[in-house]
Amino acid sequence: MIKFVMNGEIRTLKACDPTRTVLEWLREDQRLTGTKEGCAEGDCGACTVVLGELIGECVRYRAINACIVFLPMLHGRELITVESLGTSKDMHPVQKTLADLNGSQCGFCTPGFVMSLFARYQDTDPELPKPVNTVLAGNLCRCTGYGPIQETGNTLQPDVSVQSRFGGSQTVSLLQSIHNSDAGEIIYHDTNFGTPRTAFIPTREEQLADLLDEYPGATIVAGATDVGLWVTKHLRNLQTLIFNGNIPSLKGIAQVNGGLTIGAGVKYSDALKQLASLHPDIGALITRIGSVQVRNSGTIGGNIANGSPIGDTPPFLIALNSQLTLASQAGERVIDIEDFFIEYGKQDLRPGEYVKSVHIPALAENLFFRTYKISKRFDQDISAVCGAFSIYLDDGLVKDARVVFGGMAGTPMRAKACEAALIGKAWESETITSACHAMTHDFKPMSDMRASADYRMKVAQNLLRKAFAESQTSGRTRILEAQ
Amino acid sequence: MGNAPETNKTTIGVKGDVHSPLKHDSAYLHVTGEARYIDDLPEPSDCLHLYVAKSERAHARIIGMDLSAVRASPGVVSVLTAADIPGVNDIGPVKKDDPLFADTEVLYHGQCLFAVAAETRAAARLAALKADVTYQDEAPLVSIGEARSASSFIEDEQVMTLGDAASEIAKAPITLSGELIEGGQDHFYLEGQIALAIPGEDGDMTVYSSTQNPTEAQHLIANVLGIPDNHINVLLRRMGGGFGGKETQSTLLAAAAALCAAKTGRAVKFRMDRDDDMIMTGKRHDFEVGWTAGFDEQGVLKGVEFDQAVRCGFSTDLSMAIGDRAMFHADNCYFLGSAKIVSNRMRTNTVSNTAFRGFGGPQGMIGIEHLMDAVAFRVDRDPLDVRLDNLYSDDGRNITPYHQTVEDFVARDLMEELAKTSNYRARRAEIEAENKEEGFIKRGIALTPVKFGISFTTTHLNQAGALIHIYTDGSIQLNHGGTEMGQGLMVKVAQVVANAFQVDIDRIRIMATATDKVPNTSATAASSGSDLNGMAALDAAVKIKQRLIDFLSEREGVGEEDVIFSNNEIIVGGKALKFADVIKAAYLARISLSATGYYKTPKIHYDRASHTGRPFYYFAYGAAVSEVEIDTLTGENRVVQTDILHEVGQSLNPAIDMGQIEGGFVQGMGWLTTEELVFDEAGRLRTHAPSTYKIPTASDRPATMNIKIWDKGRNVERTIHRSKAVGEPPFMLAISVFSALTHAVSGATGHTVFPKLHAPATPERILMAVDAARAEAGQASP
Repeated sequence: MIKFVMNGEIRTLKACDPTRTVLEWLREDQRLTGTKEGCAEGDCGACTVVLGELIGECVRYRAINACIVFLPMLHGRELITVESLGTSKDMHPVQKTLADLNGSQCGFCTPGFVMSLFARYQDTDPELPKPVNTVLAGNLCRCTGYGPIQETGNTLQPDVSVQSRFGGSQTVSLLQSIHNSDAGEIIYHDTNFGTPRTAFIPTREEQLADLLDEYPGATIVAGATDVGLWVTKHLRNLQTLIFNGNIPSLKGIAQVNGGLTIGAGVKYSDALKQLASLHPDIGALITRIGSVQVRNSGTIGGNIANGSPIGDTPPFLIALNSQLTLASQAGERVIDIEDFFIEYGKQDLRPGEYVKSVHIPALAENLFFRTYKISKRFDQDISAVCGAFSIYLDDGLVKDARVVFGGMAGTPMRAKACEAALIGKAWESETITSACHAMTHDFKPMSDMRASADYRMKVAQNLLRKAFAESQTSGRTRILEAQ
Repeated sequence: MGNAPETNKTTIGVKGDVHSPLKHDSAYLHVTGEARYIDDLPEPSDCLHLYVAKSERAHARIIGMDLSAVRASPGVVSVLTAADIPGVNDIGPVKKDDPLFADTEVLYHGQCLFAVAAETRAAARLAALKADVTYQDEAPLVSIGEARSASSFIEDEQVMTLGDAASEIAKAPITLSGELIEGGQDHFYLEGQIALAIPGEDGDMTVYSSTQNPTEAQHLIANVLGIPDNHINVLLRRMGGGFGGKETQSTLLAAAAALCAAKTGRAVKFRMDRDDDMIMTGKRHDFEVGWTAGFDEQGVLKGVEFDQAVRCGFSTDLSMAIGDRAMFHADNCYFLGSAKIVSNRMRTNTVSNTAFRGFGGPQGMIGIEHLMDAVAFRVDRDPLDVRLDNLYSDDGRNITPYHQTVEDFVARDLMEELAKTSNYRARRAEIEAENKEEGFIKRGIALTPVKFGISFTTTHLNQAGALIHIYTDGSIQLNHGGTEMGQGLMVKVAQVVANAFQVDIDRIRIMATATDKVPNTSATAASSGSDLNGMAALDAAVKIKQRLIDFLSEREGVGEEDVIFSNNEIIVGGKALKFADVIKAAYLARISLSATGYYKTPKIHYDRASHTGRPFYYFAYGAAVSEVEIDTLTGENRVVQTDILHEVGQSLNPAIDMGQIEGGFVQGMGWLTTEELVFDEAGRLRTHAPSTYKIPTASDRPATMNIKIWDKGRNVERTIHRSKAVGEPPFMLAISVFSALTHAVSGATGHTVFPKLHAPATPERILMAVDAARAEAGQASP
């Protein structure tokens, strides 16, 4: 039984399809049609709603894409839609400001923008910068050219009396009352496929391990930023699902020996601050993964476990020699993350096993590190090439090197020939030239809709050149500077 | 009826008068989610959900289509193929080459094969995948080059001539040739295509369709059903974006839903998934434009030849008129001396390309702007100077290639003012100097103008109708044939009516567009919405107003000139009467309070056989300066600053017009930068979702953007309150971005080589152009 808070009440869904999206439920079952479907894949933001999550005694609000979030992911949380904010006769300041500044034309994307701006309006964390373009990157508008919407974001001054309409003590106590509730087994008979569908929302790792032991073919759902599309686009019949988003022990970030250990269930948004503190390039990279909505849903563990050939986190995780902890009923094992990716579509994950955490060692004193993402569009795009470079320097010589790319092969992969051409050599332009040449032995990249093979190779080589240049000069080398 | 009043007779303005910056009439409904789009309407309780199956081949014979598994799929109620169509299996708007369902052959990958209706949308989608179709493959013609080799065209080659271009080019001191490849563009309206058909009694059908062209939909639905047009009512209150993509492509959904509703007797909704929408519906035409120019040492043109090749896709759709509009804009703001513009419209095994903001105009215009950059480079002058020296002017240099005389030319004023306010010349000098220094980042800047012809070039489409009712309480309903897709048409026309009656705009209720209210309308397209419907609504208002004047002057015994509408009152011989009271009195006196209005654009004519005439009532103008930077190691790029000066005549609504200018520019920028349509060799579109097809996001908007509506604008023609159309022209302001990127790429060689950069200028194309230019310059790439 799924329980969540909506409009000041606890909503209980006794029998529901666990692959029904929140968007479908809102529009078709509740007839709340303010939230729109633009793409059904988490890329346009027309379906943006806000989820409230209990953090201690407070509720933290974040925007997500309702089109690829399944109903069980609401369990224990608060759902806020555009209808919860105000009506045309009594608007929330975000709504009023956006309208008065001519921020809507066709209006179809508008509720999504309202919700993204509302989440920002409610966000009181002073440490997280909230540049308006970052907040809006997951909301596409085809009419306005964005100016009036940006202006809305820049104009709005949060008013505590308005902010406090959400997340007050009543909501907190409602959330507390359902916070640790056991959803039990959710069973649904899908008449389209003629098969039952079963879902679980474990709250402890032991439960997760037991369930995976019992259902080794189950689909683990973390943020559903990938699995969501299996349903909305590929119409796949997922028969057993295990939602891991309610397991506290998977959501920790710990400083260990100067490095970071990040639980597999940690969302990008939650890891941003600590990852950025490792290196500004990592922070810049994370803020270009998906959009705010995607980073509020997607997890570091999911990004690793789904084995994408591109990334975007695996290249830098491999470059920094990170370790992965895999767990099952049988216990835990630790492997180098680069060994996890065996080939396209195949990872070193045994039946019944799940990704538990990733450990990023402390960055060594003599490490020169860079990571870059190259895509057609800066925001919310999938990399053509994602590169990470760890160069260990000793008195002008390259002592060790890890050069890793996503988008160049069937898995995120080290450029071993390139590394060999660097190691033991002077860190100078002649070495870079030969290392770039050596890279042609490492990869035979593919041509696809994102980039040609030629471009991928050329850019991979040029990223090494860029990294080298950045080690030599403090001059401007990028269109977008890491913040 | 024809002419708008020059000025208001009154001194006191009403709320929502013309020229005031009102926000969108639905703004408060948009931001609260209360605005209803078709998918938001309550579904009838018997509503079925329809889905269609797509061809898996780009070109093949259909040998067999076994639908038994589809019919047996859970929840399926009805499966419809070409054989189930009682009328004509065609939804082509111009030529009958656009089948609703493929019958014996498929002509593009994604073509609609059959429809399946089920109790739920999910059931219908799943069932549609279960067909067993056997194809006999034939070689697909995917690219323009393949179609050219196979002589595959939708119509004969079209040629437009002014003088003898070949001999003028031959005589010119300098000749130069070039080529520009221009990509297409997906509309990416946020609301995908949708229709909801509800059957009535005795063959009647009501169809809610997200369409820019309800009349066309009505007519084609009737054809498919084999019944008269008068049985069909097509209506909609608003679209969630159109941009041309719902001018003809929406008919596929409307016709399929109506067919299924007629067959089953149940309501039927058909909403496409985004991926299928992008695969199955047409886009902006991609072009290959070759040019040869003859000019003097200053770059002044003596003659130009253009060879425009247009990828139309598998059917004609609107491609003939789109190809024509590309020819009409091959001159942009420039007197070509002599010209020969040749256009070939390629029939390919790809989705049928269609209307998209600018309608071929952008594709024609960027050709001459590319030429201007190349000519300027050749004669070593600032491209702005070469542009200025080639502009249309009065001294016999005002004849277009289609022999229309340019009589309202203001581009020179706009360009000179903008060059000053944007500090263009100093910035360009600084950029060129800086580009010659070391560094990966190179910058570029360009100022380009726009002259866009206003009117449907298919002359008969330049007509519109309206219907105004005033109820006895003094409230007004406004109907016209225009459709709202976000552009603010409804509020502008309402302002016209508010002005005519001198009442607050709150008194006017904007109604859904419906074919049973206003018949035989043209598509809301060609930027014509306000020009045509504003005039038609004014005509209707003036008729009612005249009845009221006659009534009051007779009743009060005063002259007509003593009946003055002013600020929600009617002043009769110095006595102020409340508008609502007059309406009530008029009703009691048995005065008709309802009227139709009609308008047709004067002065225009065109002979398509010779490609001469006056296709355009007037031209709209604008100019933009864009500054860009590129990374010469990766090809990454961005627009740093854009300054725009745009002319809208006397704006009906400056707030709405500003939105059109900014939105049009950013959309155009997307066309020329990140938006890349990739078809593979088998003819499959590989970029059919926002994950792979990248329209601009908020951060792509230039960080600095200065937009100004030209304060001296005034339409020399007697348009509605002397305003000008604004829907499409600003799109082409984005050509400044492409020119600036070309300039930046030339900066990678210290401005020693004119680069071969094509559109869209993705990071890949920019990097490849940088490396090619450096190789040509004999410079090593890093």
